[in-house]
Amino acid sequence: MIGLYARRKLVDRISRVLMPFAAFIGLFFLAWILWISFSHGLSALRWDLFVNDTPPPGTDSYGMRNAFVGSLILIGMAMLLGIPVGLLAGTWLAEYGGQRRLARGVRFLNDIMLSAPSIEIGLFAYAILVDPLKHFSAISGSVALAMLMIPIVTRTTDEMLALVHADMRESAVALGAPMWKVISKITWKAARNGILTGILIALARISGETAPLLFTALNNQYFSLDPLRPMANLPVVIFQFAMSPYANWQKMAWAGVLIAICFILLLSIVSRLVLNRGTAKS
Amino acid sequence: MTSTNASNQELPPAAAPPVPAMRIRVRALDFFYGTTRALSNINLDIPDQRITAFIGPSGCGKSTLLRVFNRMYELYPDQRAQGEVIVDGENILAPGSDVALLRAKIGMVFQKPTPFPMSVFDNVAFGIRLYERLPKAELTDRVENALRRAALWDEVKDKLARSGLSLSGGQQQRLCIARSIAVRPQVILFDEPTSALDPISTAKIEELMRELTADYTIAIVTHNMQQAARVSDRVAFMYLGELIECGDTEKIFTNPDRKQTEDYITGRFG
Repeated sequence: MIGLYARRKLVDRISRVLMPFAAFIGLFFLAWILWISFSHGLSALRWDLFVNDTPPPGTDSYGMRNAFVGSLILIGMAMLLGIPVGLLAGTWLAEYGGQRRLARGVRFLNDIMLSAPSIEIGLFAYAILVDPLKHFSAISGSVALAMLMIPIVTRTTDEMLALVHADMRESAVALGAPMWKVISKITWKAARNGILTGILIALARISGETAPLLFTALNNQYFSLDPLRPMANLPVVIFQFAMSPYANWQKMAWAGVLIAICFILLLSIVSRLVLNRGTAKS
Repeated sequence: MTSTNASNQELPPAAAPPVPAMRIRVRALDFFYGTTRALSNINLDIPDQRITAFIGPSGCGKSTLLRVFNRMYELYPDQRAQGEVIVDGENILAPGSDVALLRAKIGMVFQKPTPFPMSVFDNVAFGIRLYERLPKAELTDRVENALRRAALWDEVKDKLARSGLSLSGGQQQRLCIARSIAVRPQVILFDEPTSALDPISTAKIEELMRELTADYTIAIVTHNMQQAARVSDRVAFMYLGELIECGDTEKIFTNPDRKQTEDYITGRFG
């Protein structure tokens, strides 16, 4: 017995050293990434970035306005398409599907979607939208991004709703509330923080995706708001500019990287604040 | 309290009538979880303005029976009841019986306090809003009334806008009682309402239940024998899905008809 206890203490001590070390490795690379992005990106930040559109080769013009706006539109449309589907699918799984065979099947397929390579999703969007319509379009890019969001939102919504205690649901039902009211007024509220976190993770995931946009939204030299035409977007512009031989294009790529990182950072901080304010009240 | 010559004595006006009406009648009720039979041939009457306590070892079917009264079991597809449960002359298990109206008539309080993730006020108003569209002032009155009735008003009157989750466990449970009362039910079912609470909160809830008998039919499931003895007028002893004995609390605790009841009450099994 003493031996067993001594072993347990030893394992405890080793884990206590290893776990912070593992955390340190993660944080170290994160800090390194941030450092590289800031050291290269800060000097490349100029107001022109938000004023001019991406320049043609061989000019001194500096700007990525079309890419910023394009990315926001692409992500916005993807959210409109992806969040409702994911939210409703996750709600069905948790509130109605339970452990039924159909629900287990949907969960299994959803998990496969979750780990599908994003380039494959891009090809799918190409096959169902770009090819039949005979040209690249922003909407096909948003469809591809939405398909990357849906499994994440579905999964987290399902899991977060499953955490809501059955008694909570039953007490609402015991008052005579119909199921749709129980869900919309009680369980969604109870699981709100978790569901929002899932949406944010999905958002962070798609805002850096390049592969699915390569053969859907493609890119656009010019400023465009038309969802049926190709649209400039940050990830693809960064990819092209970083690979280009022009020094000022490479600088712009770094600036783009920095802004993309700051966008995600800001999103996380703001949502954290909103969520904390929500829980502080309760 | 309910001795035979009670009707000859001078009774205070608050006392319940000696022969109460039966609010719920259960006839030949069977219940199944899938293919497992959890209740068999239950026959029982639950009187109005009385507290009926259900006792028995874990898994004997007390909670299952309670959950038939408001058809809560219907949430789960593999659960099934057959037989008759008659509330106000209507068999609630008959096809076509309206479940929302039934649940407005029969409230339920659970083991774990379950305040909804909204303000204290909205918690109580939630049930009212399901059935009635009231002007603000009237709604406020109803909420205050329910909170007073649940002996919670003085503690929460200044924090009605705070989340129901910010209250203590005992307060949360009284909030749940207020939420049930607000709908103006005739029956309130309590499923081990104090097993998650401290002794002081428990005493408050028990006192509250006694007060509520003036207007409501109360059924309570409890594991606590003393609680059953303290609060109830009638006791139903269940064992392995059967109703072994049901009678006045005093009789069940002092002179039960069945040996099994005596053995359980005296702690010889269970």
